Amino acid sequence: MRLECKVTGGDFQAAGEAAAKLKRTLRQVGIDAETARRAAIVAYEAEMNIVIHAFRGVLSVDISPERIEIVADDEGPGIPDIPLAMQEGYSTAPEHIREMGFGAGLGLPNMKRYSDEFHIESTVGRGTNVRMVINLPSKGSLT
Amino acid sequence: MKVRDVLDMVECTVEAGTSGLDNEVKCGYASDLLSDVMAHARDGDIWVTVQAHENIIAVATLVGLAAIVVAGGVECQPEAARRADEEGIPLLRTRLPAFEVVGRLYAAGVRGRTGS
Ligand SMILES: Nc1ncnc2c1ncn2[C@@H]1O[C@H](COP(=O)(O)OP(=O)(O)OP(=O)(O)O)[C@@H](O)[C@H]1O
Ligand SMILES: [Mg+2]
Repeated sequence: MRLECKVTGGDFQAAGEAAAKLKRTLRQVGIDAETARRAAIVAYEAEMNIVIHAFRGVLSVDISPERIEIVADDEGPGIPDIPLAMQEGYSTAPEHIREMGFGAGLGLPNMKRYSDEFHIESTVGRGTNVRMVINLPSKGSLT
Repeated sequence: MKVRDVLDMVECTVEAGTSGLDNEVKCGYASDLLSDVMAHARDGDIWVTVQAHENIIAVATLVGLAAIVVAGGVECQPEAARRADEEGIPLLRTRLPAFEVVGRLYAAGVRGRTGS
């Protein structure tokens, strides 16, 4: 199963909708609450990073019996120093965004912490691609 | 304890989300950083904050929070109230500062989550 949501930079009204849609879908197809929570957290952080830092992007999710793959692909300024951006507390969010409680520099570390696989690629002046995998607990049979 | 049981305790008004007033309050979390709440708050927590814009409802919905208490007399934004109604998340507002709200909740038996 595949879900795709467009995400628009600066659109705080719609922010969080893609992640909410994903969580609802996961619960509907019977994925356990804890796994759905982890998927919702990483999807939300990826979605918010497009809203806050990029121009536009797409959040897509592929759900298979073994895993949930979440990809956030954006057109935006890109990230010049990824190891620095991955540090807890590092943020370039402007003051008016921080006042809203964003920009704690926790989003990327959260994505890494709550996913089983985390890959990030970025080209300055072009955009950023984050790919995360959450493995689903196997239903018993070893393959 | 249910959300409706904390209304008098923290001297709040219900701004929106009345359909969730029977939500069970399991624990509490206090923070104004949204990514911090996403990462550490849990299903059934009551969240004390001074943020009052629409995005707090998205966070509350995703985490499955019992209610939001907007402390310090901060005005709730109309869009936040609209969303809270849609999602059934009680949006409570009090003029008491956050520290006092947390203290009263704690005294009534609501705990933070310690350890994992
Ligand atoms: N999609 C993106 N495009 C451009 N820059 C990004 C993107 N995602 C992250 N960054 C950069 O990496 C930094 C750290 O990101 P991270 O998500 O950890 O924190 P934040 O978004 O600033 O704050 P928080 O997620 O806690 O609200 C950002 O401040 C920004 O400079
Ligand atoms: Mg972020």
